[in-house]
Amino acid sequence: MEKRAHISGWTLPLLLILPQMAITVIFFYWPASQAIWQSFLREDAFGLASEFVGFENYAALFEQPEYYRAMITTAIFSSLVAFFSLACALLLASQADKNIRGGHAFKTLLVWPYAVAPAIAGVLWLFMFHPTLGTLSKPIKATGIDWNPMLNANHAMTLLVLSATWKQISYNFLFFLAGLQAIPKSVIEAAAIDGAGPLRRFWTVIFPLLSPTTFFLLVVNIVYVFFDTFGIIDAVTGGGPAGQTTTLVYKVYADGRLGGDLGGSAAQSVILMIIVIALTAIQFRYVERKVQY
Amino acid sequence: MVENRPFAQFMAYLTLALGILVVAFPVYLAVMASTFDTATIINGNMPLVPGDQAAENYNRTLLYGGMHARQPVGGMMFNSMIMALGIAIGKILISILSAYAVVYFKFPFRKTAFWIIFITLMLPVEVRIYPTYKIVADLGLLDTYTGLIMPLIASATGTLLFRQFFMTIPDELLEASKIDGAGAFRFFKDTLLPLSMTTIAALFVIQFIYGWNQYLWPLLITTKSSMQTIVIGIKMMITTTDALTEWNVAMTTAVLAMLPPVLVVILMQRLFVKGLVETEK
Repeated sequence: MEKRAHISGWTLPLLLILPQMAITVIFFYWPASQAIWQSFLREDAFGLASEFVGFENYAALFEQPEYYRAMITTAIFSSLVAFFSLACALLLASQADKNIRGGHAFKTLLVWPYAVAPAIAGVLWLFMFHPTLGTLSKPIKATGIDWNPMLNANHAMTLLVLSATWKQISYNFLFFLAGLQAIPKSVIEAAAIDGAGPLRRFWTVIFPLLSPTTFFLLVVNIVYVFFDTFGIIDAVTGGGPAGQTTTLVYKVYADGRLGGDLGGSAAQSVILMIIVIALTAIQFRYVERKVQY
Repeated sequence: MVENRPFAQFMAYLTLALGILVVAFPVYLAVMASTFDTATIINGNMPLVPGDQAAENYNRTLLYGGMHARQPVGGMMFNSMIMALGIAIGKILISILSAYAVVYFKFPFRKTAFWIIFITLMLPVEVRIYPTYKIVADLGLLDTYTGLIMPLIASATGTLLFRQFFMTIPDELLEASKIDGAGAFRFFKDTLLPLSMTTIAALFVIQFIYGWNQYLWPLLITTKSSMQTIVIGIKMMITTTDALTEWNVAMTTAVLAMLPPVLVVILMQRLFVKGLVETEK
């Protein structure tokens, strides 16, 4: 798509685009290329000299059992959060889409967690499920489970999934609601006349028509779990117990911290970039985007 | 709904009410915790109705901070506010200008410039943290507001949003304004800017929340405690795993950290939804 009418001259537009270009190059392209370059270097113990080592950092990475564990953790974490937050949001949105009074108030009451920072969300859930003082740990302990997310990796992961899901439901809810409201009522009425009950209508008519929204949300949710949940993990578990809730992004942070293994951390960054680019490409390929050039 | 079923109606209300309850409960607990003293919370029998320590807790947290993060939370909130406003306003400024250039002018390498900006959409700051940290350190921007704000402005969301909006503006407006003898500046100021107000406001709401809630970046580049933002400040309060964690202060801080962005969402819900839906297109 192009505009028919244009303003002539090209020094002005170059000046207009300059601030964004400068910031993008300095804080985006330069560091991104540094990350790629660094992933082929190894620094000595004092960080004084570095030598080119080719793909050694990558090879070393794929020999680390911890890296595979971080991959598995990330996969489990993302699929659980994506599944639960999509399912809960779809349930709530399909109820809010019914012709009920106070629909707008329900919407307001459900969307605000979007504004809560991931780290804060983590702290709220940690407080609620804290092993000694959490209000909800008591009922859990009463059932005989020795609830302790500080020591038990499964409990820690449960807590992370709960807080990450809690925060993501509002986002998914808004998009599902918009998607549901865009489905023409006549289609649903036609199904009803054919004798399909509410459940059958949902699974055979509404759900398939919603699939573009669902797919879009799936990709967004995976990206969310990859990156935005960093705050939750750092605040709630710090990657522990014993590194068992360390995701790929958390490992980039932990490995490079205090000038530790910068080459390895950079190699991990590059792999993450490739994963994100692939995810975005999938989204472009399969979801009809309205961006045009 | 297609048919009128009182039972289905009832179930809808019930599900939504339950959903709201689950969503609100963690925050309700935090608000309650901010009204008790540490001892009441630590013994694990915190009542679910407000206590009488609210004034004391908020006063102490805002003005003095906790035992571990010896930094007034009021100051942290000020830092967060500067960062959130800086990111929101900075992004709007640079992106409305670059979108104007890309849509309304023809200049060499226009498509290249657009793509250079567009690609940044895909890579969040998390994948390039250490190199970015090094550049900011080399520029002497650690522990400065500029260092907190600048790297997070570098993204394409705003440019794409404005570009999309400008595309919907009829060409006749530019032609008419040209006939009236208006130059590029007048057209921008008198025609484009007034028309873009809703888009600007929607983008502001989204970016304010984004900026306020930043975690990893401020964590890396602030070393002085006086530069801490509230979202990372709270972590300092609870990392000490001993029983000495002042949960009342931590939860008061959590409530204070949620307040500004949640208020923005509730008070500007229409703009928020518009911004959220359109930045994702």
